[in-house]
Amino acid sequence: MTINPNAKMEETQNGTEVYSIDPLIVKSHYEIDYIHSYAQDSEFFRALGKKKIMGSKCKKCGYTYATPRSHCMMCGAETEWYQLPNTGKVHTFTTCYFGSEEFLKETPFNLIMVEFENVDSLFMARLIGADLDDLYIGMPVTAKFRRNQKFSPTDVYFVPVAQPDKKKRR
Amino acid sequence: MYYSELMKHKGRNVYMVSGGVTKFAKATPEMDFRLRVKKAFDYAMNDVHLTLNDIDGSVASYFADHFQRQLMSGIMVQDYLGLTPKPSKRVEGGGATGGLAFQTGYEEIASGRMDTCAVYGFETMSHVNTWKGNEFIALASDTNFDYPVGGFYTGYYAMMAVRHMHEFGTTVEQLAKVSVKNHKNAIHNPYAQSPMNLTVSDVRNSPMVAYPLTRLDVCTMSDGAAVSILASEEKAFEITDRPVLIKSIGTGTDTMRLSDRPMGKVPLLPNEKESDYSKLKYPGVHSFRAGRTAAKEAYDGAGITDPIEELDLIELHDAYTSSEIQTYEDLGLCKYGEGGKFIEEGKSELKGKIPVNPSGGLLASGHPVGATGIMQSVFMFWQLQRTVKKHFKDDYLQLNNPKRGLIHSHAGTGTYVTATIMEAVK
Repeated sequence: MTINPNAKMEETQNGTEVYSIDPLIVKSHYEIDYIHSYAQDSEFFRALGKKKIMGSKCKKCGYTYATPRSHCMMCGAETEWYQLPNTGKVHTFTTCYFGSEEFLKETPFNLIMVEFENVDSLFMARLIGADLDDLYIGMPVTAKFRRNQKFSPTDVYFVPVAQPDKKKRR
Repeated sequence: MYYSELMKHKGRNVYMVSGGVTKFAKATPEMDFRLRVKKAFDYAMNDVHLTLNDIDGSVASYFADHFQRQLMSGIMVQDYLGLTPKPSKRVEGGGATGGLAFQTGYEEIASGRMDTCAVYGFETMSHVNTWKGNEFIALASDTNFDYPVGGFYTGYYAMMAVRHMHEFGTTVEQLAKVSVKNHKNAIHNPYAQSPMNLTVSDVRNSPMVAYPLTRLDVCTMSDGAAVSILASEEKAFEITDRPVLIKSIGTGTDTMRLSDRPMGKVPLLPNEKESDYSKLKYPGVHSFRAGRTAAKEAYDGAGITDPIEELDLIELHDAYTSSEIQTYEDLGLCKYGEGGKFIEEGKSELKGKIPVNPSGGLLASGHPVGATGIMQSVFMFWQLQRTVKKHFKDDYLQLNNPKRGLIHSHAGTGTYVTATIMEAVK
C-alpha cells in the first residue's frame, strides 16, 4: 500500500531571505556551469598559448580579419588561419571605471581596438601599463601572453611599446 | 532601384490608432510585467473604446530572459491580457527589440493577416542590481571574444565615441549638450524616469563611467511597459478619426563584433554625394552602418530626399549621448562629421530646426529595453495626433502642427537598427 493520508513534506531550516514584506520580495539564487565549445574557433584559443594571435584570411577574396571567422563576410567563402603580427596601433580606446559585476573588481581597466598593418579589421583587447592620460589613437602597442592560459581572449593583452621620446596626443 | 521595386509590393496601408505607456521607474516591485503591460494596454484600449474582441492578434516585445529568469514571458502577458487563443509571437533584437516588434506589427497588418494588432513591450530590470544588469546586457555582445575582454556596453560605446571625436573633432561638451537637452525636455513628460535641469558642467562632473561617457551621458535601467495598437485603413478610421499613418519602415544590421566592421564607403542618401566622404573609412567604429541602412530604406519608402526639411520631429535611441550625435549623421540630418556641431547649434532642441527626443529620449524617459521602441511610437503618435496635452496634462512639449516624424530603435553597438516614418492624416 502506498496511500498515506498522513504524508508530510519534510521541513528544512534553509529559510528564505526576505527583502520586503509588501510587496513580498525574496532572494532567488541561480548558478550554472556550461560545457562551452569554442568549436571552429578553437585554434585561436590554443594558439594564444604559443604566443600567436590567429586571425583569418579569405581563400577566395583575400580579405583579412584580425579575429577568427571561418567564413568570409564579404564573399561567403571559407577562410584559412592567418597569423597576426604581435605589434599594432591603438585604433580607439577607453578606460572603464565601472563595469559588469564580473569585472567590477578589475576597474579601472583600459579597453582598446588594435589595428594591425595590412589587416582589414580590428582586434579588441585590454591594455595595461598605461593610464587614460597616456592613451592616444595611433599609440604603438605590443601583445603579451599569459603564461598560465585560461583559454579566454584575455590570454593576450597589450602593453605600450617603449618609445624614447614619448609623444602624448589626444 | 531595389527599394523602389519593393515599394510596388508594399502591401496595405497601416495606421496606429492608440497607445499607452506606464511611468518608467528604476523599480516598481508592486507590479509584475504582466500587470504593467495590462495598465498600458487598458490605457490604449480605453482611449479609443476598444474591447478584446476588436484585437486580431499581437506581438510581444521584450529583450532579456535573464532579468527575471523566466522564459516565455510573452505568453504570460498574452494570457494575462485575455488575448489567448489569438495569434502572437515574440520578437527580440537587443536594444532594437521595440522597433523590430513595432515593424512586425506593421507587417501583420500590411500583409492582410490581421486588421488590428496590439504590440506590447516590457522589461523588468529591477530584479538584479545595476552591475549584474550590465553583465546581462553585455551577454548581448559576442561571449567568446568581446564579453570576456570588456563585458560592458558603455565601454564599447565609449570606444566608438573616442573614434568619432578623433575622426570629426566631436567634443565632450557637445556630448553633454545632448544630455542637458533630453533631461530638460523630460521635465514636461510625466512618464519620464529622470527629468532634470542640468548644465554641461553637471554632466562632465558626474562620475566617469567609461571615458568620455559620464553617468549623465548614459541611460538608466528601468521597469516599464508600452503598448501600440495598429490597424488597417478601414479599421483605423472606424476606430478613430485621427489615426496616424505608418508611412514606411526600414531596418539595417551590422556585425556582432565591433572589430569586424568594414572600412568601406558611405551608403549615400539623396542629399549627399560621394565627394563629401572621399577620405572617410566607413563605418569603422565611428558610425552605425545599420542606422544608415535603415534610414535609407525608410526614406525611400516614404519618398524623402531631404530628411531635415521633410521631417518635423524625431524620437531616436539615445542610450548614450554619443549615439544621439552619431545618429543625426546616420539619419542624414547633417553630414557625417557634423553631428557635434548640430547639437551645439541647437538644431535638435525642442524649439530648434528639428526637435530630437522631445519626450526626453532614453536618457531621461528610461530604457526598459523591450518597451523602449514602443514608447517612442506612442510619444510620436501623440505628437502627430496633437494630443500631447491630453496625455501629458501639459502641452509644453506639443509641437506646432507636426506632419511627419521618424522613430529609431537601435541594438548593441548598432547591430540591429530600425527607422519608421509616421505621418499625421489631419
